[in-house]
Amino acid sequence: MLRILDKIRRTGLVTEPAPRDDALEALGLEVRRHIERRLRGSLAIRQVDAGSCNGCELEIHALNNPYHDIERFGVHFVASPRHADALLVTGPVSRHMEHALRRTWLATPAPKFVIAAGSCACDGGEFGVSYASCGAVENVIPVDVKIPGCPPSPLALLQGLLVAIRAD
Amino acid sequence: MSRFDWLPGYLACLRDERVIVRRHDTLQLAPAQSLALDAEDWGGAARAAAACGCRWAGVWADEEADRMTVRACLEYRGDYLVLVTEVSPARPVLASHTPHYPGADRLERHLQDMFGIALLDHPDSRRWTRHRAWPEHVFPLRNNFPLAGQAPRRAPADSDYPFEAVLGSGVYQIPVGPVHAGIIEPGHFRFHAVGEDVLLLEERLGFVHKGIEKLAVGRDPAGLARLAGRVSGDSTVAHGWAACMAMERAAGVDVPPRALALRAVLAERERIANHLGDIGAICNDVAFGFAHMQFSRLREDWQRLNQAVFGHRLLMDRVVPGGVCGDLTHAGRELLQRQLRGLARELDELLPILDDHPSLEDRLAGTGILGQDIARRLGVVGYAGKASGVDYDLRRDHRYAPYDRLEVESPCLTAGDVAARVWIRADEIRHALRLLEQLLEQLPEGPVTAVWPAAPAAGEGLGLVEGWRGEIVSYIRLGADGRVLRFFPRDPSWFSWPALERLIDGNIVADFPVCNKSINASYSGHDL
Repeated sequence: MLRILDKIRRTGLVTEPAPRDDALEALGLEVRRHIERRLRGSLAIRQVDAGSCNGCELEIHALNNPYHDIERFGVHFVASPRHADALLVTGPVSRHMEHALRRTWLATPAPKFVIAAGSCACDGGEFGVSYASCGAVENVIPVDVKIPGCPPSPLALLQGLLVAIRAD
Repeated sequence: MSRFDWLPGYLACLRDERVIVRRHDTLQLAPAQSLALDAEDWGGAARAAAACGCRWAGVWADEEADRMTVRACLEYRGDYLVLVTEVSPARPVLASHTPHYPGADRLERHLQDMFGIALLDHPDSRRWTRHRAWPEHVFPLRNNFPLAGQAPRRAPADSDYPFEAVLGSGVYQIPVGPVHAGIIEPGHFRFHAVGEDVLLLEERLGFVHKGIEKLAVGRDPAGLARLAGRVSGDSTVAHGWAACMAMERAAGVDVPPRALALRAVLAERERIANHLGDIGAICNDVAFGFAHMQFSRLREDWQRLNQAVFGHRLLMDRVVPGGVCGDLTHAGRELLQRQLRGLARELDELLPILDDHPSLEDRLAGTGILGQDIARRLGVVGYAGKASGVDYDLRRDHRYAPYDRLEVESPCLTAGDVAARVWIRADEIRHALRLLEQLLEQLPEGPVTAVWPAAPAAGEGLGLVEGWRGEIVSYIRLGADGRVLRFFPRDPSWFSWPALERLIDGNIVADFPVCNKSINASYSGHDL
């Protein structure tokens, strides 16, 4: 136990500090402001992988690591669409996930918005439309904001969230 | 020990089975060898292989103009043998390998769904990759099936899939997925439980089937490499490398030594990044948040240096046909070397804490045991196999370049539980750090790409790479115009998914997440 406490003490806070020029922090604070104003303090996101290669999931996970710690800006990921303000959808929508994605969207209470994260979700990416893929998320459910990138970096994801909240 | 010194023994077994084989053109899939046989002997050849102790490593079909070829891959002591046969495209029928190799089950059902090959004596005739996006009796990988498909406007849910049933008083079902509670890929798990205890877990996958094999057809080598890099995003280097290796062998391209060394640097960095993330996530699944935060911090450091030195946080599209994209500068090399030493120091501090934490041991030791016998019969490889006594690592046992000039160590444990899978990963990180040290120390000079021939001869190649999950087998056939006619990437997840169903037996439902994370099979790499 002492070793754990010692390691925690010596690791210190790695969470990106807030110098004026730090893009992450500036962005995060702006997200926070918008969330406070429009969403009463918190933004609950249900992430849905509709067919991604899992690259986008790795970067979405990175939003929760101690460097980014996205929860401090009022953004948290929830386990059910019924608890969500927004859906964060990745991947081209595989035809085998088409129905599940539509039902997840229907289960999300309005007002809601949808963010398509990653090149595949934006325009079909490497996979496009085929016998197995519906392509872009907007081919299946309405999309409010697109975050391109293969995969989008955590910073790009945060930026996309900001745009989503502004557009809402 | 010379290569293939076991082959005469196998040929003798085949003679006992009265299987007639022709030694195929031995160079065609080099360094693998091929044996051609008649379709009637397909089952006998597998029975003989199982009797000789060969591991079964995959099956795939390929429709050429008017014939359909089926290939199965076997491995013994690091040598690869490909069985080849032909079936009639009009009425394709073959004996199943599943009775001899249980791990063949789902790959054969994939073959059945995608090519319409009927597999005799297969114990399970249910569909696998196909849900309801295309009708039964239509086969997407046949040449007459258009890429755009003949799909209905909306694909309905696959709600009538016949799951196995467990009857008895007090038995209840828990359906989970395809949309899971966390940030993970989609798939369906059907639990049968009594109280807390799992009686049966059945997986239903295929939700992220994106038609990768069909999309590959007609691509140029660069386009195929991009696609291969997205078979499973967390294994982008490994799949990219395996596919490029297959194309380079097919086209007869020699990759410069510096490019090979840099590919290994990328692959080892990918291995370490994923193991760091997974060790933290496994600890998180048993509520040890400290380790989760520490390891995800280390992973983020690692990814940031990937971005700074190689230009991509996950190293996507760094492996290209003929070499790698971009050279490593002197300054970049120093940054990498410094990070190796830093990570080694951090692990010296963190791993003893994990090792010494009673509540962690209490949750991980004895949980989700995969027995050696089952692991071998399913053909489980990678860390999942190594934790259950399957001591196989392509880098050491198949010795492909550049690992052939390095000292490769591979850990092996026999407990087969979640704890063993954690410690194998920890050991793999340490071994990978030592490999990276050697690679960066002895980095050859020279170019980092080979010139791709403008008009390569038609050919086929087999790429074999030890990805972070284990062995990847990638088959590619190039046409006379240099474009891809067939691509089949076999991710190790094909064998670790069935292992998960077995190792959960006798565990409680609440331990499923940690068992699942300790295996961490890829949905995307499996669903294709």
